Amino acid sequence: MALASDMPKAGFRPSMLLYDTRYRSLTIQVVVLMLFMAGVAWLVDNTVRNLAALGKDFNYGFLWQRSGYDISQRLIEYSSDSTHGRAMLVGLLNTFLVSAIGCVVATVIGVIAGVLRLSKSWIVARLMTLYVEVFRNIPLLMWILLFYAVVTEAMPPPNAFRGDDAASSMILFDSVAITNRYTAVPDLLFSRSLGSLELGYVSLNINLVLLIAAVVGGVLANRALLRRATRIQEATGARPTTWWQSLALLFGPTLGVLAGLGFHLGYPELKGFNFVGGINVSNSLMTLAAALAIYTGAFIAEFVRAGILSVSQGQTEAAYALGLRPGRTMSLVILPQALRVIIPPMISTYLNITKNSSLAIAVGYLDLRGTLGGITLNQTGRELEAMLLMMLIYLAISLAISAVMNVYNASVKLKER
Amino acid sequence: MNTRPGAGQPYVRDQMLAEKAPPILAAGPLKWARENLFAGPVNSALTVLGVLVVLWGVQAAYPWLRHSVWTASSLGECRAIIAASWGEGASGACWAIINERWTQFIYGFYPSHLYWRPVLALGLLFFALAPLLFGETVRIRMAVLGVVTLLLVAALVQLGTGSGLSDLALLVALVAALWVMWKTPSRMLWFAVLYPFLAFWLMWGGSIWLPLVALAGLGVGWLALRATLGFGGLVAIVAAIVAPLIWWLFVAGHVFAWLDASLPVAIEAVRSDKFGGFVLSLTIGISGIAMSLPLGILLALGRRSDMFLVKTLSVGFIEFIRGVPLIALLFTASLLLNYFLPPGTNFDIILRVVIMVTLFAAAYIAEVVRGGLAALPRGQFEAADALGMDYWQAQRLIVLPQALKISIPGIVSTFIGLFKDTTLVVFVGLLDPLKGITDAVRAAPDWKGVYWEPYLFVGAIFFIFNFSMSRYSMYLERKLKTDHS
Repeated sequence: MALASDMPKAGFRPSMLLYDTRYRSLTIQVVVLMLFMAGVAWLVDNTVRNLAALGKDFNYGFLWQRSGYDISQRLIEYSSDSTHGRAMLVGLLNTFLVSAIGCVVATVIGVIAGVLRLSKSWIVARLMTLYVEVFRNIPLLMWILLFYAVVTEAMPPPNAFRGDDAASSMILFDSVAITNRYTAVPDLLFSRSLGSLELGYVSLNINLVLLIAAVVGGVLANRALLRRATRIQEATGARPTTWWQSLALLFGPTLGVLAGLGFHLGYPELKGFNFVGGINVSNSLMTLAAALAIYTGAFIAEFVRAGILSVSQGQTEAAYALGLRPGRTMSLVILPQALRVIIPPMISTYLNITKNSSLAIAVGYLDLRGTLGGITLNQTGRELEAMLLMMLIYLAISLAISAVMNVYNASVKLKER
Repeated sequence: MNTRPGAGQPYVRDQMLAEKAPPILAAGPLKWARENLFAGPVNSALTVLGVLVVLWGVQAAYPWLRHSVWTASSLGECRAIIAASWGEGASGACWAIINERWTQFIYGFYPSHLYWRPVLALGLLFFALAPLLFGETVRIRMAVLGVVTLLLVAALVQLGTGSGLSDLALLVALVAALWVMWKTPSRMLWFAVLYPFLAFWLMWGGSIWLPLVALAGLGVGWLALRATLGFGGLVAIVAAIVAPLIWWLFVAGHVFAWLDASLPVAIEAVRSDKFGGFVLSLTIGISGIAMSLPLGILLALGRRSDMFLVKTLSVGFIEFIRGVPLIALLFTASLLLNYFLPPGTNFDIILRVVIMVTLFAAAYIAEVVRGGLAALPRGQFEAADALGMDYWQAQRLIVLPQALKISIPGIVSTFIGLFKDTTLVVFVGLLDPLKGITDAVRAAPDWKGVYWEPYLFVGAIFFIFNFSMSRYSMYLERKLKTDHS
């Protein structure tokens, strides 16, 4: 029997490269590759010639030279005698700091606003719609500039807090003072501090490590406890009471470590012209974090709302029909399905916060762009190296977050065959 | 059976009762209030809280707005007027700053006798887009265009184009365009092709031969397509792409120089550093939007391609752009482009920024469109194959119309993001309305210390543009909806 699918045996003709679908994609790819290589070669050649014309070379040696500039807002030891590389690290940590604050606050605001927008209370739902529409349709830069202008122009200077009959007073039980240059907040102090561990380039605060270990240990122990309870429930049908053990496991170790280290707050006090004793958080950090959080909160509110609406009413009814109480319905049926919709855009929003934190340039907060892509770049004149390194770092952060997102998506994906 | 009441019979009503009014709590405003404001303790508490927030907002903003001053020459004068009419210590808005400086917020430092040119360019944009944007009925389209024409004529009369002759010529041209739009709307698609070159010439001015020679590149491409069609489709497409490139890169410069020398026709040129305010924002925003959509679609198709190399390059490009803040890209445009281009090349900063913004938005649009493509059922692709369509036919006729329809909300929110991001150009030295112009205004000694009013003004204009865009996308979604749910 002759099969119709037998290909006619014909010799290879050059025109088949274009008109035979078996070879055409290969041809196109070869052409694309050649064009791409030519483009890259053209760019590299131009760059080399331009650098030669300017008498510059391409090296990152400047990262180990003395920086010569100060950074007031810093999380690690740094002075103007430190290297440009250290300044870059300070900037990177500052980027992380403002992004982290922004992410946490934006999530809180966004979840509350998103849930309230679905509230049955007409006026609250309208207010939240107003919030979302206003903040989503106006550039982030305006909010940063406006907040910064309000704080720097409308807040009192530190010496307005002086005297018994001061023009301004501190808020939150005399613990926080908002001035036109910084916000003085209480410091976290340990009277029996264990100091810090020097590990060459970075120093590790032992108190902090202990505290984190206590929190993580408590959470892990609590999970083990709950797993054991579930196992007993599956074996015997009766779930042992665990709430007080959970409480003890979750908070006990942390409180123990805090008490052992002698934790107390150091309240800011006006001495001379400035507040001392607390932490003076610069207004650029405050306003940048606040603007990022409120602006992004509007986007998160929309994701939360969409996520909740995406779970059909039938799911709730089915859960009720099975006899689940409203609380269990929410935690076992609605949330797991809504979170699958909410989390992916939320993670890319966190990524956006990190990238938008580069708007720090508007308020003079020294983040990664301000140090490496700003002062270091201007002082050393190494535009090419500094910009490439900066983009590479942002890219690495972004790819890391994308990787986390992919892992999460794979884990919550509907299991289909 | 006897239903009449009588001895030994149960009572049976044989008349309808008159309708009773519903209980007072189950109808009218009270019912609405009970269901929407006080549906349970939590809701009631929320409502009370909401009312308090509204009252607090009104209480804070109302006196400030009521004490507004519209004419004054400095902030000090504003405060004096407020103190004089509302008593010492009263605070009020000083809109006089907007009244005094609004031309700067709108036009930047564009020469004031040429204000009509950006206005005309913006008005003509509606003519160019009318067949695409307001397409479904002639009535709506003509109504929109009629309103635009009236506004445009009013604005041009107010601003003045410099001479009565050009006023008259413009008026005739506008009426003619309206007439063409009424009679043969398809003709106006040609205007959409022509528009970018016309707008460029209106905004930047200079010799008319520059846009015309650039436009001729399209004609060259078309001629190349017609001439090589006999050699097969692929050859013709390659020729249609390569021929205009050759024209633009190697021929156009000489042709332009020759034409400009032999027959100079020019209007007053405006340099890029004069651009500012919303003229700049709209220039960057509109050109970015127009160019990023096709590029984004191509990138999305590339990302889904079977060809390994095309796919890898698309993914690499998209992920690189999406992983880097726009500010970094803008700094690249202003600092590094000189390294990457042949020595001695130096081109316009607005053009550089437009290119960067376009690439940035295109990567995001590519991801949105990829989502739309992924949402399309596989059967659609297979049906197109079964009909014997080639790749481009299938994409053009089956896949993209459906995928783009799904992606409309995402695409429009990317556009809104792009328009908001045009404010970032201030960091590479351009005068955007939000920071560039506002800082310039606030630096003037007369207006030192004013901050709410300019930011609110600029923010309100951004809000109007972006909010209309998002409403338009909702209208588009409704218009294109084909299912019955």
